[in-house]
Amino acid sequence: MATLNVLILVCLGYVVLLFGVAFAADRMAAAGRGAWLRSPLIYTLSLSIYCTAWTFYGAVGNAARSGLEFVTIYLGPTLVMVSWWWGLRKLVRVGRSQRVTSIADLISARYGKSNTLAICVTILAVLGGTPYIALQLQSITLSFSIFAEADPSGLYREGSSVFWVAAGLAVFAILFGTRNLDANERHHGVVTAIALESVVKLFALLAVGVFVVWGVAGGIGPMMDRIDASEIGQWNVDAGRWTTFIFLSAAAFICLPRMFQVMVVENADEGHLRTAAWAFPLYLLLMSLFVVPIAVVGLDLLPEGSNPDLFVLTVPLSQGNDWLAMLSFIGGFSSATSMVIVTAMALSTMVSNHLVMPIWLSTQGGSGSVSGDVRHVVLVARRVSIAVIMGFGFFYYRLSGGGAALASIGLVAFAGISQILPALVGGLFWRGATRTGALVGLTVGFLLWIYTLLLPGMGGAIMPESILQNGPFGLGWVRPQALFGIEGMDPMVHSVMWSLSLNTLAFCTASLLSFPSPLERLQGAQFVNVFDHSVAPRGWSGSVAQSEDLMIMTQRILGAGPAQEFFQAEVEQQGGRTSLPEPTPAFLERLERELSGSVGAATAHAMIGQIVGGSSVSVEDLLAVADESAQMLEYSSQLEVKSAELSRTARQLREANTKLTQISAQKDSFLSQVSHELRTPMTSIRAFSEIMRDTEGLSGEEQTRYAAIIHDEALRLTRLLDDLLDLSVLESGQVSLNMGGDTLRSVLDRAVSSALAGTSQSLTVRRSKVSERIPLHTDLDRLGQVFINLISNAQKYCDAPEPELTISAHDVGGQIVIDFADNGSGIPPEAQSMVFEKFARVSGDKAGGAGLGLAICREIMQRLGGEISYLPGQGGAAFRVRLPLAYRQAAQ
Amino acid sequence: MTTGEDRQPSGTRPSLFLERQSYRRRRLTDAARLLPILGAALIAIPLLWPGGSSEKGVPLSSAIFYIFACWAALIVASLIFGFAARRMAASDETDSDTDQWQR
Amino acid sequence: MSRKVLLIEDEPNIAEAIRFLLTREGWQVETHAEGSDALQVIQGANPDLVILDVMLPGKSGMEILRDLRELEDMQGLPVLMLTARGQSRDREMAENAGVSRFMTKPFSNAEVLTAVRDLHAQATRS
Repeated sequence: MATLNVLILVCLGYVVLLFGVAFAADRMAAAGRGAWLRSPLIYTLSLSIYCTAWTFYGAVGNAARSGLEFVTIYLGPTLVMVSWWWGLRKLVRVGRSQRVTSIADLISARYGKSNTLAICVTILAVLGGTPYIALQLQSITLSFSIFAEADPSGLYREGSSVFWVAAGLAVFAILFGTRNLDANERHHGVVTAIALESVVKLFALLAVGVFVVWGVAGGIGPMMDRIDASEIGQWNVDAGRWTTFIFLSAAAFICLPRMFQVMVVENADEGHLRTAAWAFPLYLLLMSLFVVPIAVVGLDLLPEGSNPDLFVLTVPLSQGNDWLAMLSFIGGFSSATSMVIVTAMALSTMVSNHLVMPIWLSTQGGSGSVSGDVRHVVLVARRVSIAVIMGFGFFYYRLSGGGAALASIGLVAFAGISQILPALVGGLFWRGATRTGALVGLTVGFLLWIYTLLLPGMGGAIMPESILQNGPFGLGWVRPQALFGIEGMDPMVHSVMWSLSLNTLAFCTASLLSFPSPLERLQGAQFVNVFDHSVAPRGWSGSVAQSEDLMIMTQRILGAGPAQEFFQAEVEQQGGRTSLPEPTPAFLERLERELSGSVGAATAHAMIGQIVGGSSVSVEDLLAVADESAQMLEYSSQLEVKSAELSRTARQLREANTKLTQISAQKDSFLSQVSHELRTPMTSIRAFSEIMRDTEGLSGEEQTRYAAIIHDEALRLTRLLDDLLDLSVLESGQVSLNMGGDTLRSVLDRAVSSALAGTSQSLTVRRSKVSERIPLHTDLDRLGQVFINLISNAQKYCDAPEPELTISAHDVGGQIVIDFADNGSGIPPEAQSMVFEKFARVSGDKAGGAGLGLAICREIMQRLGGEISYLPGQGGAAFRVRLPLAYRQAAQ
Repeated sequence: MTTGEDRQPSGTRPSLFLERQSYRRRRLTDAARLLPILGAALIAIPLLWPGGSSEKGVPLSSAIFYIFACWAALIVASLIFGFAARRMAASDETDSDTDQWQR
Repeated sequence: MSRKVLLIEDEPNIAEAIRFLLTREGWQVETHAEGSDALQVIQGANPDLVILDVMLPGKSGMEILRDLRELEDMQGLPVLMLTARGQSRDREMAENAGVSRFMTKPFSNAEVLTAVRDLHAQATRS
């Protein structure tokens, strides 16, 4: 006799086994081994969390009450799986390409990353999921109680056992469901454990079935006879319920958070659907194969009034087959636990991403830099959510008392969660579906579901009988179970029909009437045309300065290692050598998806939006939806860029041209100056030489005079050529300086004597020879050339009756400053700026200078590292020569 | 609600005759769409059976047999389609004409 | 009859050479070395012929010529222009300004004398 204690031991052992399997699978996956963990078989088996304890126990109960009606909840999913090619395939592709974390996330992402919608779906899912979890807890307790009855020695207390079961499941879900933050990563441990549980529950049910058919009934033939002879022996199914339930189960199969979790989020390879498309229906078929035989035999064998929901347990027990009953119990236990774990995981992801994170973010003041460890916040939020959801389930079970038939709670939950269907299907296949439409549809369906199904089902305490009978405030046409006066329908069919059809109607109407935001339209295009879009349209634009903020935020969400890896990969992809990637729109897009894997689309969008700021969708992006106009726009913007480039080039060309023209004009004028300076003395020479040749009877005085003119002009030519050569050497920078050391005084001595030598004009030079005792280290000859030029200029141009030149030397600010000032009338102000230009001669210059002297002086002083300038306001003409001190120090 | 399978690649005129392989591929996707409709029809047939407690009622064993036979047929059809799809996908990888299949 | 030539030239040596040549030919030669007041000097001197240098301090020969031709009674005055810059553009400009003869330095004495004779002959004939 299997005692309660043995049962508990087996139970605990089984749980330990599950922990072990989950742990090992996680380890293997982390080590990169175990390709079979990602096999289509595991995927198919994980889908079987669809078969909960409700299916395991309740199907038999349902069969015992209504015959074949129970197969409807298997046929719906079968049809969905069979049509995977154009249905689930798209859902999975969208889920993977958008890195969707939950069904709420998917809906929110589709409708412009709206968090309002995500919150709605989350609330709906939690409301629908809580009774469902309670149902699983109830099934476990019920099955316990069966064994407790059979074991009078056992000390079994229902309440505490439920509590411990709930707590244990929460721990399991927390341990294996929130190990990694990225909800989009595969939870190999959990999935593998679920797959194992699937095998166990199928095996258990098949074992009971085989026992019943061959052990009790004595073969297939007798079994069939027995079925036909039983009280459910005739086909007697309500057409409304039949079609409604098939539809409902198909809808729930897609919309249930836990199904979405295993089917889309945990999907490792789209190709797995191909296998699951036939393998999962096969699994369902096997699960339901022996349901009717068990029910019929149970009805036969067990006393009137026994709970048909527990025939799976009680039939083997009544036949004394305790171990089979134990196996069956484990099967039911498996069904319940796997469902609860995955549901808790899926719901907690939704709650933390769509309820907790947005609230937490808004309490952060919306500042660009997210402070605190987001990663930690998300994990804690997720763990607490699991605990809270399990708590809800527990309290719901305690409050509801667990009396209702198992199947009906399941169907109520199905009807609730199916309200998502119009928004989901519309979002996947209809680009015109809008956020407003989804919101309105969901709200209408949700409220109708609560009003027509959930509240009436909860009993008189919540919805008084009078309302059911006469409607609220006596309004008969809004009676919860007979809306618009249509009576006599099955309450379930009535509710599903009204809620879903009005939901769809509201969804479509509001979609047609409203106008989607740019982001919605972008996302809509991406969802509906997911097979066409290989590249996501670009949404963000950022600046380099934000990269660091993004990095900090990403580290807080993904953890330092993965974040740095992600950014490094991005840098490499961009081909940069910088430490941070450029926040290109493509990069931001990828980052947002990466983050949305952890915190959901809406939150990730909001967080990046906080940092990058501004609108995420530009007008160009909008046009990118309409391909053609986008191409045209791109083309015209390219043209714009090109024309801007052209005008820039043209401007540069113009500038270059102006410069060239200037240079050419300078050259022209220089050449023409040189020509003038050369031709002028040549003219005199030629004229006088011809005169001397051709004129007879020139006096000796005349001859001498003309010969002197020819000589002077020849000298002038020579000087000019010397100057030109000198200047060209200086200007080309090819001059080599001949550095030497001497005092300023001796340099000036030589310059004065050579400048004044052989001239008739008198010039008094005043010097202060004491101050000239400055040592020099420079090209002495060149410096002397400058001095000679200045002195001879004074000599030539000083128009004072008694010309004087004062030469003074100082040490000013670390520079040697030598001033040459004469007592003439000086240079007129308008000509002062010109004196250093080539061929610039102050008017009245008849002295035969070429006008290159000062230009040469300026070039020389530049080469010597000093400068020469005109010194105005000195009475006469004054020039200042500066030499840097470095030359003096170098000499010391 | 367009799934786009029948859409031609833009810019090319739809040709009247397809290559044998493309043709088969097209019919296969047709089958994929027909399958759930066929399944729904088969499952809906029992609704036409006389119900209630009348004498001519269909015995539950026959109903079970019918339902499970349909179910098994659907599974087999889905299995065949899955293999065909896999073969097509495999040949697609070597074939450049991926357009129809990828969508 | 006294033939008068006005020589406007800032190079003293060149001016001296031309004066020497023309004086021997029987011309009365007046010289001026400044550009800025050349126009007034021409009007005041009332010469039979003007020899004008291009590069003059104060005002270029081109401008003097242009202004000269604006004057009512100076249309027919022969002007021989001398330039040391030797660019074809200068010749063009001078012709546009209404020059009678254009010569490039350095010139031969015979050339100058021939030019002066020709110009004078033309002027007296008309």
